[in-house]
Amino acid sequence: MEILPNITIQHYLWLSTTLFALGVFGVLLRRNAILMFMCIELMLNAVNIALVAFSKVHGDTSGQVFVFFIMVVAAAEVAVGLAILMMLYRNLRTTDTDALNNLKG
Amino acid sequence: MSLTEIAFYFLSFLAIFSALAVILSKNPVYSVLYLIVTFFSIAGHYFLMNAQFLAAVHIIVYAGAIMVLFLYVIMMLNLNEEQEEKTKNWVKIAAVVSACSIMLILVSLISKSTYTMGKAPMAGDAGLVQNLGKVLYKDYLLPFELASVLFLAAMVGAVYLSKKETSKS
Repeated sequence: MEILPNITIQHYLWLSTTLFALGVFGVLLRRNAILMFMCIELMLNAVNIALVAFSKVHGDTSGQVFVFFIMVVAAAEVAVGLAILMMLYRNLRTTDTDALNNLKG
Repeated sequence: MSLTEIAFYFLSFLAIFSALAVILSKNPVYSVLYLIVTFFSIAGHYFLMNAQFLAAVHIIVYAGAIMVLFLYVIMMLNLNEEQEEKTKNWVKIAAVVSACSIMLILVSLISKSTYTMGKAPMAGDAGLVQNLGKVLYKDYLLPFELASVLFLAAMVGAVYLSKKETSKS
């Protein structure tokens, strides 16, 4: 199951798991909405590493195409998310997610 | 230890260390810069796995576009000074506990499962734009077109949302 000499698929999965768990940790820990977005990017990239490793193991390029689509979705998500954040800041003067506690704004 | 092994461990260490720094640094601008370091090390991993086109796209899209967008918004909202977040203590404990448990679940899953090798080993040039483009335009044509529709919708949405409201009383 070696991807590189002496580096197996498990090494890559462990790396991916660590990055994903760090992303979860950041989303739960930080209250700043921009930081939460960055941690979501971190999680998406952790999944991308796993997909590329699997594509390498199985000798199938489809995994890399999936990574391509994940990047597309991440870019769209960041564009809309940051626009929402700008709206939020204009109305509330903060990006703290704890300030968002009523629906009418 | 061979050179690729050293490269793998170095890039992994760099990625994990800078991911930690993203989460723990107080200043959002530093977080963005550390995230760029993380993305570059992930691009290095792609290079090691022979996904050259993906590595190039990753650097262009993430370090070039998304991070500039983040930095721009942070500068525009004037968040680039250190600010103390008032995270409650039980939230911190809950975050640590849930992150550790998800890590535990995934690690036990990975170490217990067995893996089967694919039929043919991957060719060295499979990650180049020529081969990737063939797969993308042959097998994944519909998702590709849908992705462009998604981008159009995201663009319209972003422009509409960030427009200044003029009809507000």
